[in-house]
Amino acid sequence: MSDAGPGRPLAHWQHRLAERGVDRQLWLLVPALIFVVALFLYPFFYGLTLSFQPTNGGPFSDYARFFSDAYERGTIWITLRIALPAALLNVLAAVPIAYRMRGRFRGKRLVTTLLVVPITLGTVLTAQGLLNFLGPTGWFNRILLATSLVDEPVRLTHNYWGVFFSLVITGFPFAFLLVLSYLSGIDPTLERAAATLGADWRRRFTQITLPLLMPGLATTFCLTFVLAFSVFPSAVLVGNPAGETRVISLAAYQAAYEQYDYPYASAIAMIMGFVELVIIAVVLAARSRFYTGSTGGKG
Amino acid sequence: MATTTEAPPTRPSTTTERRRRITARPAAWIVWGVVIFFFLNLLGVVASVLVSSFGQRWFDTWLPDGYTTRWYGRAWDEFALLQVITVTLQVSVLVVGLSLLIGVPAAYVLARRSFPGKRVIFLVFLLPILMPPITYGIPLATVLYKFGLAGNMSGVVLANLVPSVPFVILTMTPFIEQIDPRMESAARMCGAGLRTVFLRVLTPLLVPGILASAILVLVRTVGMFELTFLTAGPDSQTLVVALYYSMSASGIRAQQSVDAMAVIYTSMMLVLLVVALRYVNPTQLVARVKDEPEH
Repeated sequence: MSDAGPGRPLAHWQHRLAERGVDRQLWLLVPALIFVVALFLYPFFYGLTLSFQPTNGGPFSDYARFFSDAYERGTIWITLRIALPAALLNVLAAVPIAYRMRGRFRGKRLVTTLLVVPITLGTVLTAQGLLNFLGPTGWFNRILLATSLVDEPVRLTHNYWGVFFSLVITGFPFAFLLVLSYLSGIDPTLERAAATLGADWRRRFTQITLPLLMPGLATTFCLTFVLAFSVFPSAVLVGNPAGETRVISLAAYQAAYEQYDYPYASAIAMIMGFVELVIIAVVLAARSRFYTGSTGGKG
Repeated sequence: MATTTEAPPTRPSTTTERRRRITARPAAWIVWGVVIFFFLNLLGVVASVLVSSFGQRWFDTWLPDGYTTRWYGRAWDEFALLQVITVTLQVSVLVVGLSLLIGVPAAYVLARRSFPGKRVIFLVFLLPILMPPITYGIPLATVLYKFGLAGNMSGVVLANLVPSVPFVILTMTPFIEQIDPRMESAARMCGAGLRTVFLRVLTPLLVPGILASAILVLVRTVGMFELTFLTAGPDSQTLVVALYYSMSASGIRAQQSVDAMAVIYTSMMLVLLVVALRYVNPTQLVARVKDEPEH
């Protein structure tokens, strides 16, 4: 069909479209588009409409059910109480360490390689390890007891802290590697120029590096937060899934696979996605404000 | 590890400068202390699983009473690990192959062309990575069950494709951008069609990128818990899901055989990781970040 003569209307349209960058090459995009529509957008909108068609009650009754039940409603707060501090700690701890390690030094590749290990191990294995390691008879408590730092074993599993530590173990390396790559993206001559002008270490960091790093930190925080927010296996395995670590993804799972109430499960999934997007939107909004402000100050 | 042996070509002056700074500042000691503390705990986490899997009986002592390898045999039989590992490999290979087939052409168009609506399409491709898997996994599993696709391997593969295809697109884009478009133009002028350009010019040049994204998708698929968990039936569990089930039903079986299974999973991931690090930068395993060229 591409060989149509210049006088024919088909060729005319093709020409007009080609001028805007639409031609036959775009067919290469079609499989991916079909895929994303069929497996992501359609299920998403299906879930959205399903959440407004509860098994009994009006269109919003599943949402009302979620928010009127304190046990269910509380899962949002529980999830945020785990995910926000964990994500924040991961990012904040990563900054000084990455700042220290941004140059080249012997063994850097070894350190980064070792840090990838917990990410690839995933939360299920980390949970199993934490149960053994932090448990009442695990090595961690034994060391604390042997050095008489504590009198009786500290309870670190099957509660909030178990989940928190599992998020730190998988999340911190992730945050660190991201921050490290953002930091090495900052031109080191800027800092050297500041040093030449007499700025000390503290000023160089707070006035040159940190403002330039801020957008990267915001992105890192978002990605770490997404990981922490969808915590599921470790909340069940090292947490207390009936009580203080009953996270929202667990509530959604139970609705779908234990009560077989798909509309309600979809409603919870939508609430979960909404809460997450709100947090990310707030962070990204703050990011744009911070970044423009500091560049303006520098100029 | 073989990947860590390549010594960075450091200028001697910078090395000595850095050394001096490390010994001089207490802040550096704190930073290194935190890193070492983190690694010690990580080592403890991994080693306690490893030691327990070889231990005969391990209750309230520092180390197990004796050592044995029988838990591995037990785990292998009890959890039908041969079948589980076969499923894991089948799912991973299918996901890698399909996501490359779908993702690479799309990445090519998105890297090279500008057209109306490109930003929207790019955003749509980005969304599955930004959303937590459970959020879209539950509606997706509902849809797949409705069409009878979940509960077996096809459902697991389809669900795992959702984050994999965008991931391929994201990792392939910089590789495609590196190729000089004039090469394609030259091939075109010599009479090659789109297919020939793709198969004879672009694909050979893209082999490093394809290898990188294939191994990244492989690592992610083997480690992906949530989506597989939501869509797998009893015969289509991957190793990580089987591990989860055996852990949440603990008490029925000996702790050590669960640990043995965890060690099998860990070693599988570590082999993949060592292979992966031959082709990709560690940061790429985490996300696609523009890495500065090493100078």
